[in-house]
This record gives sequence, C-alpha cells and structure tokens, in this order.
Amino acid sequence: MSQTLTTSTLLIVPLAPLAGALLAGIWGTAFGGNRLGRAAIHSLTILGVLLSFVVSCMTLLAVLDGARWNETLYTWMVVGGLKMEVGFLVDGLTAMMMCVVTFVSLMVHLYTVGYMEEDEGYNRFFAYISLFTFSMLMLVMSNNLLQLFFGWEAVGLVSYLLIGFWFNKPTAIFANMKAFLVNRVGDFGFILGIGLIAAYAGTLNYTEAFAQSQALAGMLLPGTDWMLITVVCICLFIGAMGKSAQFPLHVWLPDSMEGPTPISALIHAATMVTAGIFMVARMSPLFELSDTALNFILVIGAITALFMGFLGIIQNDIKRVVAYSTLSQLGYMTVALGASAYSVAVFHLMTHAFFKALLFLAAGSVIMGVHHNQDIRWMGGLRKHMPITWLTSLLGSLALIGTPFFAGFYSKDSIIEAVAESHLPGAGFAHFAVLAGVFVTAFYSFRLYFLVFHGKERFDQDPHAHHGHDDHGHGAQHAPHESPWVVWVPLVLLAIPSVVIGYLTIEPMLFGEFFKGAIVVDPARHPVMEELGHAFHGPLQMALHAFTTLPFALALAGVATAYYMYMVNPALPAAIKRRAMPLFTLLENKYYLDWFNENVLARGARALGTGLWKGGDQAVIDGFFVNGSWKLVGLVSGGVRKLQTGYLYHYALAMILGIFVLMTYFVWLK
Amino acid sequence: MTLTLGHFLSLGAMLFALSVVGIFLNRRNLIVLLMAIELMLLAVNTNFVAFSYFLHDMHGQVFVFFILTVAAAESAIGLAILVLLFRNKSSISVDELNTLQG
Repeated sequence: MSQTLTTSTLLIVPLAPLAGALLAGIWGTAFGGNRLGRAAIHSLTILGVLLSFVVSCMTLLAVLDGARWNETLYTWMVVGGLKMEVGFLVDGLTAMMMCVVTFVSLMVHLYTVGYMEEDEGYNRFFAYISLFTFSMLMLVMSNNLLQLFFGWEAVGLVSYLLIGFWFNKPTAIFANMKAFLVNRVGDFGFILGIGLIAAYAGTLNYTEAFAQSQALAGMLLPGTDWMLITVVCICLFIGAMGKSAQFPLHVWLPDSMEGPTPISALIHAATMVTAGIFMVARMSPLFELSDTALNFILVIGAITALFMGFLGIIQNDIKRVVAYSTLSQLGYMTVALGASAYSVAVFHLMTHAFFKALLFLAAGSVIMGVHHNQDIRWMGGLRKHMPITWLTSLLGSLALIGTPFFAGFYSKDSIIEAVAESHLPGAGFAHFAVLAGVFVTAFYSFRLYFLVFHGKERFDQDPHAHHGHDDHGHGAQHAPHESPWVVWVPLVLLAIPSVVIGYLTIEPMLFGEFFKGAIVVDPARHPVMEELGHAFHGPLQMALHAFTTLPFALALAGVATAYYMYMVNPALPAAIKRRAMPLFTLLENKYYLDWFNENVLARGARALGTGLWKGGDQAVIDGFFVNGSWKLVGLVSGGVRKLQTGYLYHYALAMILGIFVLMTYFVWLK
Repeated sequence: MTLTLGHFLSLGAMLFALSVVGIFLNRRNLIVLLMAIELMLLAVNTNFVAFSYFLHDMHGQVFVFFILTVAAAESAIGLAILVLLFRNKSSISVDELNTLQG
C-alpha cells in the first residue's frame, strides 16, 4: 500500500513549518531576545515551507502512482474504549490539499518579505503564518476527528492572532474578537457532531467511523424521531458554516480584512476558510446518507453564493470586495457539496485557492502601489503604473468569473451543471442562485477591475489621504509604483495555475480515479457525478461548448454592464443609487445582520447576564438568602432581647405564669 | 367546727399567694425576696403535712424534713451571696440589680 510514503517524509510536511514558526516566534521576537534578524527569520521560515511544499509534491506524485497511507503514529490517550490518536491519512484529497496549502503558503511567505518590509512585527508575522501552515497541514492530513479538531482550532487561533496583528488598531481588535466568537458558535456545533460520532460509533478514526456508517444510518436520536445521521451531519456542517463563513455565520469574514493583506490571501481566502468544505468532503460517507442534511447544505450555500455577491457590488474597499467575492465562491463550493458533487466542490476549492490568493495579493500590491489607500474610488488608471499587477489581476478576475479555458470556468461550470442535475428539493432555488451569481460575480469583479486599473487617474484626489503608521513616508501625490520583485513574483507564480490548472486537472479530479476511496458518492441515490461524466467529453470540448451556454452569456453581460456603468457612463451608478435608495441602504448595512447580532444577540445576552446578576445574584442570592438570613436573626433576637430585663421578679413572674399554664393544661384540659 | 383538708389547703394557697405577691411587690429589698421564697416553701410544706395527716401516709412528712433542710441551706447560701453582693454593689435593692440581662 504505502510503498513510497514513509512516516519520516510525511512528518516533515507539518513539522518543517512548525520548526520555522518556533524559531521565528521564540528567537525572532523580544520573547527570546531578538537573537535572529529579519533576513534569518524569513530565510528560515521560507525554507521550512519550501521543504514542506517539495515533500508535498513528492507525496502527490506517489499518490498519483496509487500509493495510500493510513496509520496512527502516536496514541495520546485512551479513555474507556475511545482512543485519542495522532495519525496521518494520505489519499488523493489529502495530497491535493497539502500541495495547495503549501504552495499558497510559500507564495504568501515570499510576498510577505516585500509587503511587511516596513512593519515592526515582521518576525512575529512570519512566526504566525508558519504556525498557520503547520496547523492547516495537521488538519488536512489527519486520520481522525480529534486531530481534525485540533487543526481546526489551531487555524482559528492563528486567524484570531493575525486579524488582530495590528493590535493597536481598535477596529482590528473588534474584528478578531468577532471572528473568534462567531467561530465559537460554529465550533459548538462541530464538537457536538464529533461527540455524537464518538458516542454512537465508539471511535474517532475516520475509517472505523465510516465502516459503521450504515449502522449509524439506521439509528434515531434517543427521545426523538430524528435520524441520528441527519443530526450528526447538520452539527458537523454548522462547524463548517462557522469556519467556511456560510450564511448566517459569515459576518466575521468581511471584518477579518482588518488584518494584513498576505493573511487575507492565505487564511481568509485560499486555505483556512475552505477547511469546512474539505471537512464535509472528507465526511462524504456520512453526508451521503442524509438527504435532509444535504438539502440544508444546498440551501445555505445558495443563499451565501447569491446574497453575499450582491454585497460585493456596493463595497468601496478593495479588500472587502474581494472578501465578499470569497464568501460568494465559498457558497458555490457549499452548493456543490449539497448536490453530492464533493469532488467538484474540492476542485473549485483548489482553483479558487489559486485565483483568489492571486486577487488578494494583487490587491495588496495595489494597496502598496497607491501608498496604503484601500478605497477604489481613489484609484483608477493604474494599468500604466503597475503593469504586472494589472495583468495578473486581469487573469485572476477572468478566472473568477468563469471565462472558458481559465481555471475558474471548469470548476464553476461543473458546479452549475451539478446543481442542475440534482434532484433535491432545494436544487431549483440553488440553480437559480448560482446562475444569478455568475452575473453578479462578473459585475463586481470587473467593477473593481475597471475602477482600479482603468479610467481616469484619481489617486491624487482622495480627500481622506492619510499617513498610516506604516506609510512609506512620502505623500499620496506621488505616482503609484510597481511593487518589488518579491511581491510580483508570487503574483506571476499564482497566475499560472489560475489559468491552466482547471484545464489540466478536471478530468482526473472529477471523472478519474484521483479521489477514489477519499470521496464516497452513492450513485443510486445521487447520480449527479455520473450524469456529469456522461456529458463530459474532455476539457477542450467543454470550454468550446460553453460559449453557447447561459452562464457564459451571463458572465459576459456582467462584464459589459460593469464596463458601461464605470467606463462609458460613470454617472449612472450614482443615479441608480438615488433611485434605489432603500435597496442600497439594505446592502450598505449588510442585510442588517451585524445590527441584529449586536443589538439582539449580543445585547440580549448582556441583558440576560445583567438581569441574572442584578436580579438573580444580587437580589435573590445575596439580598434574600445571605443578607436576608442575618437580618431575620437580628430582627428576632432584637425582639427577644427586650424580654430579658434582668429583674428577678420578671423571671419569677415568667416561671409562675408558666406553672399556671402547665397546671391549667394538665388539670383541666387533659 | 371540724378542720378539714380544704381548710389546710386554703391556708397553703393563701401563704403561697402571699409569697408570690411578696416577690412581685417588693422592689427594694432582696432579703424580703428570700423571705418570700421561704414562705412559699412553707406553703408547700403545709400542703405536704395536711395531705400526710388526712391520707394517713407518712411519706409526705418525710418530704417536709427534706424541704426544710434544703431551704435552710439555701437561705444560708443566699444570705452569703447577698453579703458579697452588698460588698460589691453597696445595695440590695431589687430594682438596681438587672445585670442578669447580660
């Protein structure tokens, strides 16, 4: 089985970035006395990730040759019959994720050398992103749910640390707290799902749990008539909703843009947010058994794909546009999961990782070029000044909107086809949502593209031109400049897969044997992948055929609308905005979800807490029981003390009266 | 007129009531209080003797001897305490002695 994969080579993959993170975190910061300089730190961490990437590629090649690996390396503890272990499971899904994670991470490491050049937290940043790479690799390589959960929480922690990287900025602190809290909601569902599997399957190991999936499918949740498997799947998916930012737990992702741009690319676009998609694909043997859960996933994904796309249209912050685009694309992946097209979802995950990392890094390059302005209203005409960034952004945008032959086309068109073939009750709505989403995606992508790279040069008109803490030290009146080579080289390296990876890999990934054993689909109940397979006649025919289909027309319409509104007739958007003010206000306030969370959930929770504190703790426990008891004793004894006069004749009277009472009782009443 | 048990019990009751009134009305002298207590005991003794005579049972008179003895001892101790009290407080007025209230 595992002829070419050995424990030591597999261990290198997560441990090399961990070593880099520890070196950078301990000796590169004030914690260990700043013994290593900037050059040493970025060399060491890049070396670690490079090593990890090379070994990942070797693993992928071995997996393509048919090698598989599934072993437990270490038993952490045994509780009753439940084993908690550390182990690796390497198959097509894992190998693909390992390569994507390490490749994007490597690009981001390189890019950071240029982007964070003037930041004081340079070494700390490298420690964090290497630690993230380690955590993400532990997550994807895991062969059991516990290690998956470990990686899941570790990437969440690093995400928290990096969103709040500039910890002097109050908005960043608010955003990282928000991300952490929203993720807690999702993780609560996730750990309930893991707990249910542990309780009913008696194991945390994937293979052992999946072996019992048929038995689980027949069970009901005790005390209810709910199918156990449906409850388990929905709980697990709630975890995925938190991590992969699905409606209504998506609110943290746009705010996470407070962090530095490289981590927006690495964590909040390419890798961490896709952990939920990966997890559902990994758990496909369980999800396949519950149509209810799949339908739930389908509808949530469709809502996210369409409605988050709308929000991207009205944003003016370059990073937020890309962030909403990420939300929308994550919605597409979720829709594919719901339609039982797990491999299509993972395929889109991979292509999206490349072109979205590219778009984010390009956005970062633009931000550097225009001296840390992020408002696209004050950009424009950057094509001349930043040719490499312009070209790579154009390629990334074309991939994102699904232009035939580009990577995004193959994955997105497959998702649309898969939903069209699905027979779940929510499929009709989902199909509409993903089709409408194509137009919306094309519109906001090219709105961004035209506003940034074409049109009049507006970067000297910004009324709010500011000098941020990491400003270059020269004013905004200077012309934009192309970024240094450490920044544009990753852009070029990411642009290449953004263009070609779909064409090259669609056949083995969707219709070949690549995911055999990793992703399980029940063809009798969910024949989506079979139908897609029948309609597929090679990537070239697929792309050529696409020119006559509705998605292509919609994408073209989106680009044309954006061109008309922002290049030909720039007064039009403002006119539309005036006419459709209520709609605009709704979008501006992000459907009032933040308002709802802050005013109803957060304030409600605080009111409940205050009520329990004042009413329950202070009034009842402290006031009534604690203080009330001593007050009662004091009151009674204060009354009784008056009886004790100290005069003998009073006591004598009491005795005599007592005798009379007793006598009366015994003589007459008894 | 022959003396009956009722006469003796009435006498005892009167003595007892007299002593109770003596305890309550007396607000000045602790010695009077002790005397009232003695009187109360005598009232009880009268009852014992009367019952003993009319019911032909000698046990009652045996009790009287015990009570007289104990009463004498009690008076002696009471007077001794009284002397000490007077030395400390320079007063034996009942109204001024309320230190029992603590």
